[in-house]
Amino acid sequence: MTTISKVRYSRRSLLKTGGAALAASTLAAPMVWGQESKNIVLRQFGTGVSNLNEVATKVKEDLGITLEMTALDTDSVTQRAATQPDSFDIADIEYFVCKKVWPAGNLQAMDASKITNYDKIAGLFRTGKLTPESTIAQGTAPHTVGFVDGPSGTSFVDNESGWMTLIPTIYNADTLGIRPDLINRPITSWTELLNPEFKGKASILDISSIGIMDMAMVCEAMGEITYGDKGNMTKEEIDKTFAIFTEAKKNGQFRAFWKTFDESVNLMASGEVVIQSMWSPAITAVKSRGVPCVYQPLKEGYRSWGGGMGISANLSGMELDAAYEYINWYLSGWVGGFLMRQGYYSAVPETSKDFMSADEWGYWFEGKAAAGDITSPFGDKLAGSGDTRDGGSFYDRMGAVACWNSVMEENQYMVRKWNEFIAA
Amino acid sequence: MTKQITAWLQAAPIAIVLLGFLVAPIIMIAIVSFWGATEYSIYPAFELDNYVFLFQSSVTYTVFLNTFKYAAITWAFTLTIGFTVAYFLAFEVRNVKWQTALFLICTIPFWTSNIIRMISWIPFLGRNGLANSTLISWGVIDEPLEWLLFSDFAVILAFVHLYTLFMVVPIFNSMMRIDRSLLEAAQDSGASAAQTLWNVIIPLCKPGIMIGTIFVVTLVMGDFITVRFMSGSQSANVGRLISNDISLLQYPSASATAIVLLCTVLIVIVMLLRLVDIRKEL
Repeated sequence: MTTISKVRYSRRSLLKTGGAALAASTLAAPMVWGQESKNIVLRQFGTGVSNLNEVATKVKEDLGITLEMTALDTDSVTQRAATQPDSFDIADIEYFVCKKVWPAGNLQAMDASKITNYDKIAGLFRTGKLTPESTIAQGTAPHTVGFVDGPSGTSFVDNESGWMTLIPTIYNADTLGIRPDLINRPITSWTELLNPEFKGKASILDISSIGIMDMAMVCEAMGEITYGDKGNMTKEEIDKTFAIFTEAKKNGQFRAFWKTFDESVNLMASGEVVIQSMWSPAITAVKSRGVPCVYQPLKEGYRSWGGGMGISANLSGMELDAAYEYINWYLSGWVGGFLMRQGYYSAVPETSKDFMSADEWGYWFEGKAAAGDITSPFGDKLAGSGDTRDGGSFYDRMGAVACWNSVMEENQYMVRKWNEFIAA
Repeated sequence: MTKQITAWLQAAPIAIVLLGFLVAPIIMIAIVSFWGATEYSIYPAFELDNYVFLFQSSVTYTVFLNTFKYAAITWAFTLTIGFTVAYFLAFEVRNVKWQTALFLICTIPFWTSNIIRMISWIPFLGRNGLANSTLISWGVIDEPLEWLLFSDFAVILAFVHLYTLFMVVPIFNSMMRIDRSLLEAAQDSGASAAQTLWNVIIPLCKPGIMIGTIFVVTLVMGDFITVRFMSGSQSANVGRLISNDISLLQYPSASATAIVLLCTVLIVIVMLLRLVDIRKEL
């Protein structure tokens, strides 16, 4: 037994655990097990959205696993997942990135039968349908890249094969953020982004794969273009979309483009911009500075995204078991509650309920008016008594997704067009 | 013989450092620029696709033109300001102590990072920033000036602010080497102040001007972060093109652009060096 255990150690964990591991491997088997899981270190990277120190502290407390987190921006996350397989054990990436990263072979498929709460994972990530009656939105819907055909499968399959690429962790529906105090009238459509009324006061994000989606939402809402699939445009559709936005740019519609979370917050809070593409926590950040800001639900629907954790292909044995243990813990509720109290959704909403107060659950998930103050897990007040969440309940919001973040077949063409647009 | 060996040994450390950290990476970039790329990986090959695309795309020309524009305008401003400051320090301030003190004051901004100096312009120039609110309260303007921030104006302002010292230092250095008796001689021969400046001081400052020019031009042409922040991502230069490619994992295409940029900058420097033989004049 001890020899098997010894073999299972990767070189790295041996170095890390050092003397303790050596000592343990000479002891009796059951003892060895206990020692090992305590000494395991998992290295996780992802965007700042979900790489939270609180999670690392809590997992150490509950499971004894040490989680080393690295937070990067969206592009760097893709870069690392695709090019530096030795630098991580757990990759926390977005589903649409999966399409790019999976073929590189740096991640391994996960056995769904080892995921305790698999049956409770939201339908969006398994069948693509929120409720049995829902229609599937355009773009790279998570379930389309969520499964492969076997333990070492390389091609995505459209059914619940039992082998998952990523375990969903966190997702949300994105829309435009506005400054209601500077606009002073209701905003109901994506077309408002190009409304000349906001000339020099609009912004979109300079991350091509997401920005193009927001552009498409606008062009479709204007009635200028009807897309076959906004998440997988043809060259003509791409050309038309950029033509409309290039003209707007030349007319001075945009104040700036933003690439990082902080930039979007600063543009909005300083009043440089009154309407722009935005992410949910950025709205919270603007509000916490005492500046009014609304995550405006629009009649054409939301652009949605989802993140998930993948396991490095290098993991095996003890560490792989620890990774499964960590993932099962992640879905068991505490993290879900922590994330939902910031305005995201958890992959297994029902387990999170136990970790939220009834009022919090009502406000964040059911779209009910808050009975008292709603605070973030960090103690900032986000809403007062009587407030309701922008966009309403989970089913109202996630049920109105028009499109998922995606990677198109014509991605390279689109990226070149994006460069042209920026230089125009 | 032993003397020669000693000389080689003395030159060896810097040569090794340069070979390892400058020449080798550039060779690597040159090699990768011929490779191919997919969405998520790069593969060794020898293909000209990256260059063909680069030279066929209208974006390349727009962006290179824009880069030259930034370099030229920034150069003109930094030269004028840098020369004036250096002239003041070298000829108007007579006391060596004061010269040193004032020169040190010029370097104070360099105690903070480049990025911080640049970003601090953003709240200053913004729509509700200090500049606009001051101008409005003075009654100079009624509406905030939109072009102050996120425009070419802002980009060039930041460049000039960041890089003027690179002009001041070498020009000041050249001016301090000028033999003061030459200026007296010019005066005695009846030259006006302007004539002295044009016929004596400027020619003798050429090496300083040239070194400053090389600094400023290469810094501006290689920049990407200043352009991104100060134009609010709305303008592009070659550096941003490269950084976009890198973030999208298109390393070969980024390398090809980098090689073209490197060649362009080298050509510019060679042309500049044709104008002044720095070695001879130092």
